[in-house]
Amino acid sequence: MILDIIISGLISGSVYALLATGFCLIFGVARIVNIAHTAFYMVAAYGIYFGTHKLGFHPLWCMIASVILITLFGLIAYKLFIDPIREHEAAVLICTIALAMAMQEIMLLLFTGDFLSVPSLIEGFFTIFGVKVFYQQLLTFGLVLLILAALRVLLMKTKLGLAIRSTAQDREVANLMGINESRAAMITMGITVGLAGLAGAVVVPLTILEPFMWMHPLIMMMAVVVLGGLGSLKGSFVGAYILGFAEALVVFLIPKGAFLKGSVALSVMILVLLIRPEGLFGVSFEEER
Amino acid sequence: MKRLKAGWMMMVALCLVLAIALPAWAADVIKIGVIGPMNFVQGKGHWNGATMAAEEINAKGGVQVGQKKMMIELVKADSNEFLNITDATNAMERLMTQSKVDFVVGGFRTEAVMAMQDIAMDSKKIFIGCGAATDELCLRVAKDYNKYKYWFRGTPFNSTYLVRTSFIHMATVGAILKKTLDLPQIKIAVVAEKAMWTEGMIKASEANIPKMGMELVGIWQPSPVATDVTAELSAVQRSGAHIIFTIFSSSVGIPFARQAGELKIPAMQVGINVEAQKEGFWQATQGMGNYVFTTNTYARGVEYNDLTAPFVDTYIKKFGEVPTYNADTYAAIKYTLVPAIEKTGTLDSDKLVAFIENDVHMAPSGTVAYYKDEQGRPTHDLKWGPGFLTSLGVQWQDGQLKGVWPNQWKATPEAPEITYKGIVPVKIPPWVIEKYKK
Repeated sequence: MILDIIISGLISGSVYALLATGFCLIFGVARIVNIAHTAFYMVAAYGIYFGTHKLGFHPLWCMIASVILITLFGLIAYKLFIDPIREHEAAVLICTIALAMAMQEIMLLLFTGDFLSVPSLIEGFFTIFGVKVFYQQLLTFGLVLLILAALRVLLMKTKLGLAIRSTAQDREVANLMGINESRAAMITMGITVGLAGLAGAVVVPLTILEPFMWMHPLIMMMAVVVLGGLGSLKGSFVGAYILGFAEALVVFLIPKGAFLKGSVALSVMILVLLIRPEGLFGVSFEEER
Repeated sequence: MKRLKAGWMMMVALCLVLAIALPAWAADVIKIGVIGPMNFVQGKGHWNGATMAAEEINAKGGVQVGQKKMMIELVKADSNEFLNITDATNAMERLMTQSKVDFVVGGFRTEAVMAMQDIAMDSKKIFIGCGAATDELCLRVAKDYNKYKYWFRGTPFNSTYLVRTSFIHMATVGAILKKTLDLPQIKIAVVAEKAMWTEGMIKASEANIPKMGMELVGIWQPSPVATDVTAELSAVQRSGAHIIFTIFSSSVGIPFARQAGELKIPAMQVGINVEAQKEGFWQATQGMGNYVFTTNTYARGVEYNDLTAPFVDTYIKKFGEVPTYNADTYAAIKYTLVPAIEKTGTLDSDKLVAFIENDVHMAPSGTVAYYKDEQGRPTHDLKWGPGFLTSLGVQWQDGQLKGVWPNQWKATPEAPEITYKGIVPVKIPPWVIEKYKK
């Protein structure tokens, strides 16, 4: 059973980590609490469904096209709705909620509330220590590690990363140093929406497609980010796996209480916050942003 | 100026004439409210069934009410009950006060239907429920007849009989597995979504599975909207279950079936999976829902009586899919309401209630009659069993939803054997055979 818990925890944790990374990044850099993050993930998934089922293209091409299109859409949404009010954090928060609701209603109108699905990129499963794991889950796990590594390289080894980190540390000083902080925020928005699209491409084949599918991941993702420490990528990564393991423990140790797995995970978050209000890596690891 | 005044007066006169004349026009119309979550499969089923019934009746000249013919006019009401019960009660209020409907059909979610039921009852309008299974909806009729007598259950039969039917399905599949795979004892894992309606079924499972000679190896209760159940499936596999008794009405039925199929969990899924009753299930599970067995009302090519095939075939032709049980708004209008109106010659709710509660009539899903409780009080609940309504056991077999039960079924040792026309044998998933075949 321990192996089951470890493997199940790793898999769920990877999914949460993938979703939380983008959310965390845009908050860390631009102080934008992007509630629409998982709505972008939902729209990307619908894009893949439309491409595969309505237009008949191969899932891989649809995934690539969907990630590119959702990134462009995210950039347009940022320029039109978020950028003009960026100075007012509360207004941005409300704006992203409205944006998410609008996307939900548009998807409901276009695709109705029917439950749909998209094909896996790699079908099938393999067995590890008697536990069956989807290749798609393995792909998610691998992708999370890859994305985190790529983000680290981008932030630490490139000029763009330097600009992003400077903006995250002090917008005004970054501006005085000649960094176009508005552009840095916009690029970060593009990267994070792209990550949301990528999450849609790899996670959605494991689940179902419906216009309200963005809400549950949003709650879990926020829990992960708060648990790990707002804005800390490392914190999000660790937080995601803590919640993943908490969920697996509930399912295996209290089968009749499997429905409580989300609540237990959120309780873990509250518990950690009571002991350490800034989250696991909120202040001590501030420089990692 | 005088001309302008005269113009205004003519306008007012015209409005008055219209206001007086409109109710007279409306009098030749029977207004039926169709309420349901219209953006979802359930609501679409409600609406499709009702429109089919209205079109067929109107094409034949309408409904004979005493000396005059009246046409049916449907009023669509989106209850949005999956997301907001207040929307459902508002929609019902609008039907009663604004649209002033004569009857209502539809409803799906128990919590919403109970609230909507009260509104319809206060307005003394007949409401035929076509979605919620909770016993309480009809127990209210027995307990407070004067208030709730306008409620009738249209479909499905109540939760108690749903449980009984599902247990029969479980026992049937258990017997097939035991015989085919030469298993000494069948092990059952119960996986039920966490919801009010499943609690009774879980208790019944705990009490009855051992009595049925099978072993209950565990009960798992994922969230109704869970999207990943791989952990639950790993635990079920570890338990060594041969049958997974599913109790799902929400979206969790899709990821559960898809992930179980893709992981080739060596156990047959039997029970209630409302999502598996729909044509879209095959696409939604990417074909991984193969061999899932669930209770259902209709299946291609399966006939309860002479009314089934014309209904199912026309529905498929018109809407491109097999009707779900929610589409029994068709039967509620065509075989319950309209014959009652024609026979009594009135739209008066009280007179119609007195007629319908004693009526026994055929419908595409069987023979409809209503129970009275032990004290002889009408419940307006549907009679279950051979000769009345039994529903079907259906199984996904290579992309098609086939009727597999009742197949030589005897309700009691003395009862006659029942096999509906079009029923085919149950298929065991190859990976289950591979795992257990000695």
